[in-house]
Amino acid sequence: MVKLEVRKNAYYDSVTLMIISKDLKKLDGVSQALVGMGTDLNRELAHGSGLDAPGFEAVTANDFFVAVECDDEAAFKACVDKVDELLNKKSESKQASYSPPTLDGALKIDPDLNMAVISVPGKHAADVAQSCLDRDINVMLFSDNVTIEEEKALKEYASAHELLVMGPDCGTAIINQVPLAFANVVRGGNIGIVAASGTGAQEVSSLIDQYGGGISQLFGTGGRDLKKEIGGLMMKLCLDALINDPATKVLVLVSKPPAKEIAEEILSIAKGAGKPVVVSFIGGHPEQVRAYGLTPALTLEDAAQKAVALSQGRQPADFLGFSMGEEKADALAKEIAGKFAYGQQYIRGFYTGGTLCDEAMKLMLEKLGHIYSNIPLRAEDKLENPRNGDSYKHTFLDFGDDEFTVGRPHPMIDPSLRAERVVRDGRDPECAVIMTDCVIGYGSHPDPAEDLAEAIRSARAEAEAAGRYLCCIAAVCGTEGDPQSLSRTRQKLEGAGAVVLPSNAQATRFALRILAHLNGEGTK
Amino acid sequence: MSKLNDLFTKELHVVNLGIESFAEDLASQGKKIVHVSWKPVAGGDKVAAGNLRKLQTPAMQEKIKAANAEALRRILDAQPVLVGMGIARDVIPGMTEDTILHAGPPVTWERMCGPQRGAVMGGLIYEGRAKKLEEAEKLAASGKIRFAPCHMHSAVGPMAGVVTPSMPVWIIENKAFGNRAYCTMNEGLGKVLRFGACDQEVFDRLHWMSAHLYPILKAALEQKGEIDLRLLVAQCLQMGDEAHNRNKAATSLLIRELVGPIMSLDAPNREKADAIAFINSNDHTFLNLSMPAMKATMDPIFGIPYSTIVATMCRNGTDFGIRIAGLGPDQWFTAQAEMVQGLYFAGFTEEDAARDLGDSCITETAGIGGFCMAAAPAIVQFVGGQVADAVNYSLQMYEITEGENRIYKIPALDFRGSATGIDLLKVMQTGIRPIINTGIAHKDYGVGQVGAGLVHPPEDCFKQALAACAKAWTE
Repeated sequence: MVKLEVRKNAYYDSVTLMIISKDLKKLDGVSQALVGMGTDLNRELAHGSGLDAPGFEAVTANDFFVAVECDDEAAFKACVDKVDELLNKKSESKQASYSPPTLDGALKIDPDLNMAVISVPGKHAADVAQSCLDRDINVMLFSDNVTIEEEKALKEYASAHELLVMGPDCGTAIINQVPLAFANVVRGGNIGIVAASGTGAQEVSSLIDQYGGGISQLFGTGGRDLKKEIGGLMMKLCLDALINDPATKVLVLVSKPPAKEIAEEILSIAKGAGKPVVVSFIGGHPEQVRAYGLTPALTLEDAAQKAVALSQGRQPADFLGFSMGEEKADALAKEIAGKFAYGQQYIRGFYTGGTLCDEAMKLMLEKLGHIYSNIPLRAEDKLENPRNGDSYKHTFLDFGDDEFTVGRPHPMIDPSLRAERVVRDGRDPECAVIMTDCVIGYGSHPDPAEDLAEAIRSARAEAEAAGRYLCCIAAVCGTEGDPQSLSRTRQKLEGAGAVVLPSNAQATRFALRILAHLNGEGTK
Repeated sequence: MSKLNDLFTKELHVVNLGIESFAEDLASQGKKIVHVSWKPVAGGDKVAAGNLRKLQTPAMQEKIKAANAEALRRILDAQPVLVGMGIARDVIPGMTEDTILHAGPPVTWERMCGPQRGAVMGGLIYEGRAKKLEEAEKLAASGKIRFAPCHMHSAVGPMAGVVTPSMPVWIIENKAFGNRAYCTMNEGLGKVLRFGACDQEVFDRLHWMSAHLYPILKAALEQKGEIDLRLLVAQCLQMGDEAHNRNKAATSLLIRELVGPIMSLDAPNREKADAIAFINSNDHTFLNLSMPAMKATMDPIFGIPYSTIVATMCRNGTDFGIRIAGLGPDQWFTAQAEMVQGLYFAGFTEEDAARDLGDSCITETAGIGGFCMAAAPAIVQFVGGQVADAVNYSLQMYEITEGENRIYKIPALDFRGSATGIDLLKVMQTGIRPIINTGIAHKDYGVGQVGAGLVHPPEDCFKQALAACAKAWTE
C-alpha cells in the first residue's frame, strides 16, 4: 500500500529530509519512502516511484509530505513517528570552550551529569546544592559557611533520595576512581573509605597507596556529619553502600570522636558489615571500637596499614614505629638534639591540613603538656592572635582555619602565609623544631614543596648564622601518581635540609623523640 | 542495593560550580566535566531575586510554563509572507496626515536623540510640511505633529525608523495568524534619512524611490505573487547572513525572486534597470523585509496571560524599551539605551556615536540577528571578535530562550535551530542579556552611520518588567 501524510505550510531544509528518507527505508515493512517539500522535483520523484498516493496532486511547494510504500498501517505509523523523532532531534553541539551559566545549561551539554562539585560562596551554596539534588545529581559541597540547618535539610532530602551530599566543607572524595577537588591519585583497589575530614582522608588514602593497597571509593561527609544535629546521615548512607558494594572488601571510617549515641549507631552498623572495618576516631579510645569487634586505628597511618593488611588477608597489627627503623630514627633524633643551642626547646607545627594539625596535637599533647593553637585541644590553650601575634611555647597552627583564610585562598592552594611563618619562627631563639605538612595531589598548589623548601632553607641558614640549629620536620601527604609526585616533593624538601618522614604520625613521633633526647630522657 | 551502588557502576559525569581549577584538574585527566560559570541569581539583586521567587512557585511556574509554550508555538508557527506594497497613509493602521512614526518606545520631541530629530525634520520636509530645517524643527516642536512608535502601528523602522504618511511600505502578512506588519524600503548606506541625514540628496533619493522604484516593485510583486520570507531567512542563515547586520545573501535571493517579474513588466527598460540596480547596490535591502517579517512573527504573542516571553525590544537612541507578551502591548519597560561596543569607520570614534537606536533588534527578539551570530562568521570581525566568539554568543542565547526554531538553523552548530523566545525569567535568573548586532549612528543629525558593533538591552528594563509581572500576577 502507498500512504501519504501532508503537512501544510511546514518547511524543512532538503538535506535534513534526504537524510530522513534514507533512514525510513531501513524500517521494517517499508519498501520505499520519500519525505520532502512539494517542489517540482520532489513531485516528479514521487510520481516516478509510484509514491503519488491519492491526494498528492494537492501538495504544493510550501507543504511538507511523507510518502511511503509499506506493508500495513503499523509500518506507516512507525514511519511518521520516525520522521517526527528525526525532525525534532536536537543536535546539541559540544563545545569544549563553552561554559554554560546555569546547571540546566550544563545538563543540555551533558544530560548524564551525576556528580556536582560545588564551591560557590556559602550563602548561595545550599540553594545550588538543592537544585542539583532536584535533578538527581549527587553533591560534593566544598563551600563552607553553610548553616547546620541548611546542611540538615540537604542531607535529609539526599538521604531520602539515596543521593550523596558530601560536605559542607568537604574537600576530598574519590568516586569511581575520579579524584574530586583535593584528592590524590590513589591506586584502585578494595578498600572503601568514609571520612569526616578532608586531609584525614587524603593521609589515609595516600598511605594506603604507598603501602601497596588501593581504594574502591572514598567519601567525604563533612566535619559536622557525626554531630547530633545531623546524626551521621551521610556516614550511614555511604557505609551502607560500601557494605553492599562487592568491590569493597575492607572499610575504613575516619572521624574525630563523634557524639556517644552517634558513635554507637555507626559502630553497630559497621559491626554488621560482614567485612573488616578499621575505625580511626582520631584521638578516641580504641576500646570503644574493639567492643564492637572492629579494628581500631591508633593513627591515620595506622588505619592505612591495618586496612592494607586486612585487604591482603593478613592480620592487622599496631604500628607505632618508624619506617626507617627504630635504631636509625633514634640515632638521628639524638644527633639532632645535640645540636641545639641553649634555650632552644619548643616545637612549632605549621599545617595546611586541619586534620593533620589536629592529629599531631593529639599525638603530642600528653608529652608536651600544653599546645597553644588556633584550634586548641583545650580551651585554655587558645592563642589570642594566631595570625599576627607571636608563637608561644609549643605552638601549632592550622593555616586552613577561618582567621587565616579571610580574603585569601586555602593554604593548600596558596601556602605562602605558612612559608612566611616558618621563616619568622625560625628566628625565635626558643624554637627548636618546626613541623610542617606538605599536601600534594589534585586541587593543591602545583608545587607546594618549592615554597616550603625555600622557607626551610632560609630559616635554617638564618638560625645557623645566629649560632643555633633549626630542625625542620616535614611529612608529605600524597602519592607517586600525583601531578607533583611524592618522590620529587620529598627530594625538594630534603634538599632544603628538612627531615622528611613518611607520615604525619611518624613526624610527631620523631619530634617527640628529639625532645626526649633534648630533655635528657634518652633512648626509651 | 541503593541508588548509590548503582552510581558505582556508571561513569562519573561531573558538573563544577565555583572554583574553576577543580574543573581543569578533571579535564586534564580526560574526565567528563562541564564547568558552569556560575553567578548568583539576578546578579545578587535582592529585590529582583525576590520577584523571581514569587514567579517560581510551583503554581505560578505551571501557568508560566504553559503560557510560554503557547507563545513559542505561535512564534514557531508564524508564516511571514511578503504580500505587496502600499503607501503608509493607506495601509498602516492609525496613520494620519499628522502622524510621524519613529523607532523605539514612546518619546517626546524634546527627548529625541539627534539622528531621530534629523529624520523627523527630514520627513516633514519630504512631506512638504516645511521648506527648511528651522521651519521643520518649529513644526515638530509645535505639538501639531503626533509622534508614535512604529511598534504601536504594526510597523518597524531601522535606526531612526521614521515613517511619514506618503512613504511607500512593504506589506508583510503572517499567514498563520492573519496579522500584518509594515516597513519602509531601505535607502542604502551613507547619507540616508534613517541615520538622520536630511539634505537635498536624501530627499532626491526618497522622491525617486516613491516615484520610480516603488511602482516597479509593487507591480513586480503583483506579477510574482507572495514571497515566503520565512524561507528566505532560513536560506540566508545557511549562506552567511544573520538577517540583521548582514543581508547580502538574502538580498541576492530576493533579487532572484524579483528580477524575472520586473523584466516582464510593461515599463521602460531604463526604469526597470534602475530599480534592479538600486536594490542590487544595497546589501541591506532585505533588512527592511527581515524586520517586518519578525515583527509579524512576534505580534501574535501579546495577550497570552502569564507569558514571560519578550515580545518587543527596540530603541530610539534615548531609551531602550521592551514589552512582555503576558503584560500586553501597552506596557513599556524602558531605561537609557546603552552605547554600542564596536568598530568605527575611519575618522570616527565613540565620541561621535549616538546611543543604541532602531527597531532592528526585532530580529534578535524573534531569534535571528545576533542570536545567529554563529551563522554569520563574516561579520564577527566587523564587531571585533573571532569565530569562536560568534559561536559562544549564539550558544549563550540558548540559556535565556524558551525553545529552538525549527526552520532557522545554524550550520556551525550542527544545524541547531536558533535560540527563540527570550524568557524574561531566564534573563534574570542567569544574568545573561540578549546580544544584539547593530549599526552605530552619528549622534548629530545629517552625518549618517559611523560604525557597527554589539550591544545589550539595559538590565533595568528586565528588572522593571519582572517587578510588573510579580505585581500583576502574584499580588
